[in-house]
Amino acid sequence: MARFSELTGPTVPAEPEVVTRIDAGQRRRRFWFRVQFVLVWVVLIGLLVGALWASDKIDPSFIGTWAPFILAGAGLTIIICAGSIVLATGLALVGAIARLSPNPIIYSVASLYVSIVRGTPLLVQIFFIYFALPQLGIVLPALPAGIIALGFNYGAYMTEIFRAGIQAVPRGQREAAEALAMPEGLVMRRIVMPQAIRIVVPAIGNEFIAMIKDSALVSTISVTELLWRASSVGNQNFRTLETLLIAALVYWLLTMVFSLFQERLERRMARSDR
Amino acid sequence: MTEPIVRVTDLHKYFGHLHVLRGVDLEVGRGEAVMIIGRSGSGKTTLLRCINFLAEPTLGAVEVDGLRVEADPLGRRGRQHRGEIRQIRLRAGMLFQEFNLFPHMSVLQNLIEAPVRVRGLARDEAVALAERYLAKVGLMDKRDEYPARLSGGQKQRTAIARALCMEPKVLMFDEPTSALDPELIGEVLNVMEDLAHEGTTMIVVTHEMHFAREAADRVVFMEEGQIVEQGPPERVLDDPQDARTKQFLRRFLEVGTVPGHEEQPGHVHKHEGDPGHRHAAGEPAAWDAQTPR
Repeated sequence: MARFSELTGPTVPAEPEVVTRIDAGQRRRRFWFRVQFVLVWVVLIGLLVGALWASDKIDPSFIGTWAPFILAGAGLTIIICAGSIVLATGLALVGAIARLSPNPIIYSVASLYVSIVRGTPLLVQIFFIYFALPQLGIVLPALPAGIIALGFNYGAYMTEIFRAGIQAVPRGQREAAEALAMPEGLVMRRIVMPQAIRIVVPAIGNEFIAMIKDSALVSTISVTELLWRASSVGNQNFRTLETLLIAALVYWLLTMVFSLFQERLERRMARSDR
Repeated sequence: MTEPIVRVTDLHKYFGHLHVLRGVDLEVGRGEAVMIIGRSGSGKTTLLRCINFLAEPTLGAVEVDGLRVEADPLGRRGRQHRGEIRQIRLRAGMLFQEFNLFPHMSVLQNLIEAPVRVRGLARDEAVALAERYLAKVGLMDKRDEYPARLSGGQKQRTAIARALCMEPKVLMFDEPTSALDPELIGEVLNVMEDLAHEGTTMIVVTHEMHFAREAADRVVFMEEGQIVEQGPPERVLDDPQDARTKQFLRRFLEVGTVPGHEEQPGHVHKHEGDPGHRHAAGEPAAWDAQTPR
C-alpha cells in the first residue's frame, strides 16, 4: 500500500475512513460467527445430556466405576490406528507408483491388490487374517492381525488416491526436472511426490478419520481396544447405553483432534503453495 | 560461423502418423543467438523438445557440444540411450512458456536442486552460483520467496537463473514470454538480450519480432516441419526471399498478430516506447516493488 502511494504521488487522497470500518465490520462478523457456533454446540449437547439425565436411566456410579477401564482401551485404539496408518501409507506409496508403472507385471500385481481389497468387506479381511490364515499355518496374534488387516485395506484405497495425486501434478513439472538432467527416480522423489502429497492431504485425512472409526471392527477378534471393552462391560452389566456412549464420545474426540491436526497441516502447506 | 555447438541432422518427428518435423538440419555456432519464427504448428517447439529429447525424435541425430545421439524411437538402446540423453540435457538447458518453477521450493532451492543433486556440487558452492545468477537476473531480493509470490516476469527470470546454474553450453527458450502479461514481457526480454550480447549460445522460439531483430544473430523461419529460410535478421525479416516467409511476415505486420495467435493483438511494436524494456537487468523495475497478492 505504502509503495503504491509513493509511486502515484501526493495526488491520491488519504485512505477514506470507511475502509477501516469495513475491515472492522468483517472482523466483528467473523468473531460473532464463532461465538454462535460454540453456543449452538454447547446448547445442543447440553440438551442431549440433560435429557439423558432427566430420563433417570443413566447410572452415574456405574459410569464412575467402569469408565476408567473403558477409556484405557483408547490407548490400544490409537496404537492400532498409528500402526495401520504407517502400513497403509507405505503400501499406498508403493502401490501408486506400481499402478503408474509401464512394466505390465508390476502394474498387474498392484491392480490385483487394489481390486481384491476393494472388492471384499473389511470384516471378511479381518476374519480371514485372524481365523483363516492359521489353517495355513500362519498364526498371528490378534493385535498385529488387526493392524495388518486395516493397513492392507486402507492401503488399497489410498493407492488410488496417491495415484490420482501423482497424475494431478502438472506435466510441466516433470519436464522441467527432466530438462535439468535429473534422473527418473530423483524427479519422482524430489519434484513429483512432494507436490502429489500436498494435493492428496485432504483426501488422505478423510481416510485416516474413517480408519479411526473402522478400527472398532478389530474388537471382533478380541483385541481389547475401546469398543471391545465398552461392549463387554455393557453386556455383562446390561448397561450398554452408558458404555457405548463413552466409546462413541472417545471416537468422536479422537477424530476431532485428528481433523484439527489435519487443518493445521493443510494451512501450513498452503503457505508455500502455488 | 564459428564451430557449431549444436548440430541437428535430418531430424524427423512423427506423432502417430502426423509428420511434424520433416527433415530439419540446423547448426548453431558457439555464442550464436538463433531465433526460430513461424506460425503455430510449424514444428518450432517440437524441434526444441527433440534437441533435448523431451520428445524422442523418430529419425535423425542431435549433436550438442561433441556428443552425438541418434534417435532411438523404439527404445532399443535402453539405459545407454537414457544416459546419453541426460548428458545432452546437461549441455542444453531449456526454458518453458509456463516457467515450471517447482512450487514447493523457494527460489534458492529451485536453483540449487539440480546443481547439487545432478552435477554433484557442494551446497555452498551451489548457493554461491545461484546467488551470482540471481543477481544477474535482478532477483537477489527474492532469494527466499516461494514461486507463488512472484510475478510472471520474475518467475521466468528465476527459471532463466535456474537453467544458468547448470552452466549449459546452449540455452533453449520455448516461447518464454507467451504466457506473460504484456507489461512483464520487457523484463524477461532484457535478461535474454543481455545473455545474447554476452555470447551465450541460444536457440529461441519466439513471436517477438522486434526482439528477434534486436538480439538475433540469425533468424530461422519454419513452415510445415521444415526450415524454409534462414539468415541475418535484417535479411529474413526485411527482405525475405521465400514466398512463404513473405506471406507469414506480411500477415504478421498487417494484423499485428501471429497467424494462429490472434488472441495477442498489438504484438509488433510493443517494446518501442515501453519504458521498462530498456532498464538494466540488474536494477529492479518499478513493478518489482509490488509483490502480487
